[in-house]
Amino acid sequence: MDNHAAAQNEIKPLVDMQGVVIEGFSNDRWTTIVDRVDLKVYPGEVLGLIGESGAGKSSLGLASMGYARAGCRISGGTILFEGQDLRAAGIKTLNRLRGNRMTYVAQSAAAAFNPAHRLIRQTIETSLVKRGWNGTKARRHAIKLFGTLRLPGAETIGSRFPHQVSGGQLQRVMTAMAMVPEPGLIVFDEPTTALDVTTQVEVLLSIKDAMRTLGSSAIYISHDLAVVSQMADRIKVLRHGKEVEEAETQEMINAPKEEYTRSLWAVRNIERNAKIGAEPRLTIENLTAYYGKFKALDNVSLTVPVGRTVSILGESGSGKSTLARCISGVVKDVEGQVTLAGKRLPLHLKNRNKEQLRHVQMIFQMADTALNPRQTVGQIILRPLRWFTGLPREKARRRMEELLSMVELDPSLASRYPEELSGGQKQRVCIARALAPEPEIMICDEVTSALDQLVQEDIIRLLNRVQEEMGTSYIFITHDVLAAKAISDEVIVMSKGRIVDRGSRDVVFSPPFEPYTEKLVKSVPEIDSGWLEQFRRS
Amino acid sequence: MIALSKIVAGRLLLGIVTLLITSMVIFGAMELLPGDFAQAVLGQSATEETVRAFRAELQLDQPVFVRYFDWLLNALQGDFGQSFSGRASSGYDRSRAVVDLVAPRMSNTILLAGLTAAISVPLALGLGFAAVLYRGTWFDRALNWTVLGAISFPEFLIAYALILLLASLFPVFPALANVSPDMAWDERLSRMALPAASLTIVIMAHMMRMTRAALNDLMARPYVETAKLKGLSRRRIVLVHVLPNAWAPIATVIAFNLAYLIVGVVVVEVVFAYPGIGQLMVDAVTSRDIPVVQTCALVFAGTYIVLNLLADVIAIMTNPRLLHPK
Repeated sequence: MDNHAAAQNEIKPLVDMQGVVIEGFSNDRWTTIVDRVDLKVYPGEVLGLIGESGAGKSSLGLASMGYARAGCRISGGTILFEGQDLRAAGIKTLNRLRGNRMTYVAQSAAAAFNPAHRLIRQTIETSLVKRGWNGTKARRHAIKLFGTLRLPGAETIGSRFPHQVSGGQLQRVMTAMAMVPEPGLIVFDEPTTALDVTTQVEVLLSIKDAMRTLGSSAIYISHDLAVVSQMADRIKVLRHGKEVEEAETQEMINAPKEEYTRSLWAVRNIERNAKIGAEPRLTIENLTAYYGKFKALDNVSLTVPVGRTVSILGESGSGKSTLARCISGVVKDVEGQVTLAGKRLPLHLKNRNKEQLRHVQMIFQMADTALNPRQTVGQIILRPLRWFTGLPREKARRRMEELLSMVELDPSLASRYPEELSGGQKQRVCIARALAPEPEIMICDEVTSALDQLVQEDIIRLLNRVQEEMGTSYIFITHDVLAAKAISDEVIVMSKGRIVDRGSRDVVFSPPFEPYTEKLVKSVPEIDSGWLEQFRRS
Repeated sequence: MIALSKIVAGRLLLGIVTLLITSMVIFGAMELLPGDFAQAVLGQSATEETVRAFRAELQLDQPVFVRYFDWLLNALQGDFGQSFSGRASSGYDRSRAVVDLVAPRMSNTILLAGLTAAISVPLALGLGFAAVLYRGTWFDRALNWTVLGAISFPEFLIAYALILLLASLFPVFPALANVSPDMAWDERLSRMALPAASLTIVIMAHMMRMTRAALNDLMARPYVETAKLKGLSRRRIVLVHVLPNAWAPIATVIAFNLAYLIVGVVVVEVVFAYPGIGQLMVDAVTSRDIPVVQTCALVFAGTYIVLNLLADVIAIMTNPRLLHPK
């Protein structure tokens, strides 16, 4: 480390940011997003920026290109790129550098590509406009990069429109777009966060190879330490806009100095003793569902025991959310049989009576959109509580406060509106609302996916504890192998509408694996800088 | 491509059905008018015999749907019947075919609308584009205030102000726009200048504001941020990255305003004494000239439907998801 640092002292950094302050405008005043952070990137080096949402990592990454998002401003510090002061530079200078000497890869390529133009046109745009390359040369260069990034049909994929290409491929095209001008710096802003694990690992491998060929520097932003440790030479941890610590990747993983850094991989540490056996509460037999002609669910059968958690694990398009929607009775075109506590449950919501409705409750991924913004937390919980249990006003009120305590929220929050709460608090309100009717089955649809690692851990612990107290059965739908490991008694793995693997958690997640489960489990990056290379070899 | 032509064909069919329903409403509404046509048209002094003959000619003894289909079939062949005006109580018939009354007025209206559109559409698009390009600058703000002012004044006031300014104080253009087919082209255009200018002011403000809103709305999209981070100039971002995605809302607004130019300009026509179709319809309503009213209403409905259909087709044609399916 010391040698390395010494060597670096002689080389001039490509990016040199000192005491950078970034502010955002909200509720009629400027608040600090990034607070006096220093950042250096040396030629050929990849710097990882890691932190939870709101840590200011994206803002800092964009600031390295002299850019502040709408409603934000860079209000302090210096930003040097190749020795040039970006804060003092005019828009002409910045535009000459951007898309040329420094480029950007956005989190959601699907939104970041212009829907109106073919991919190749967008990929080579800056080379034509700024470098004055001719079309043929630029196109050949881009196609070569498509090949390096292992895009299928590298020759022809450029002639497609963004909506005609899958998410993982788009992300690679976006990477190619950033690499075509052979820039000094590429800013990767969570480039694989929106992808399935098996896709993520392919994209990571291809980015890594392409970066090696190119030799550019990069700032790699992510909330996932495991991903960053594959890509970065050095890692900087941010929290609430301030730097927590910075170290060489290996050192950071082996010996993080700060407690906060250690907590970033907390969700991996939850231990739950998987319980087996118990009488069945919910039985699903031969469930098949269609969306139009598309068979979303193909002959699915499963059992959920009393007081147990069954995880449904699968990637996007596996039918796991459709299964949840079928159980809650909102899918129109469905056949099969669902039995709840020994009694047949009608497949459609409108045929279910109040008691049947009461016993199947749901929690969603986006707590933001699942809560009525015009109702207070109290109203949100009281409504299903009184409707299903018929408790008189005063008793219901007391029960509501109990429920809030149960999800570890202060009962005084009852008078607040959802927008005043944090993401984790909102999800707790959703849990309290689902618990209010005292259901027998609770369907949790990706409830931890939109949350930060630490909050994820809290929510999973909470769900485990509530289950102990109330004996509710959970169906936990997730794409996240680690979350499934942390919460399940039994695991069902789905792919393309079918169940491909099932069993108690320890059987499913230990060798010998089913082939698809093995692919899922092995695609989850581990916090070990050599993992990606090992994955490539295996 | 097959999917696309299917959607377009579907829209066309929908347009035809809409027109058909409209024609029923127009015909039905006239049926509901109180009183006796024949008596009213021919006047109190008409003899019993003339009235009876007129009724027979109008086939008022036939059931309503028979008359509707007769009217519709004739209309489809371009025959909209005989005007009621020119019939005397004496039974002497000097009435003219509705087509002969409407056609020259319609061509006048289309001429005025065309002239106005040719000026206002490019101007509105250009100014809307410039407002987005220089968003937040004094230019944007000044433009915004000006067009807001233009929208706020009633059109007759704008018309009179223009007459005062350009015909009376500085006599550049004639105040009266009484054109006739045998006039020379330059003379016609000069007479149409003031009505066209009034209409331009009225509709341009709306189109410009909507263009600006549509473009500004898209400026917040993530792909615009991508373009900014590619270091593209603002002009290129608006022109190449935003405009191609904005055609659908812009086309809708333009269609709406062009339709207004055909059907809604009676006030301006009256102020400048311009012989357009709006005046014809108002006159026909006053004189209970039912066939003319029906024909004008049908033409108006047709204009709306065709223009909106066109806007729909443009929206479909500029949507890459529909143009290039997976």
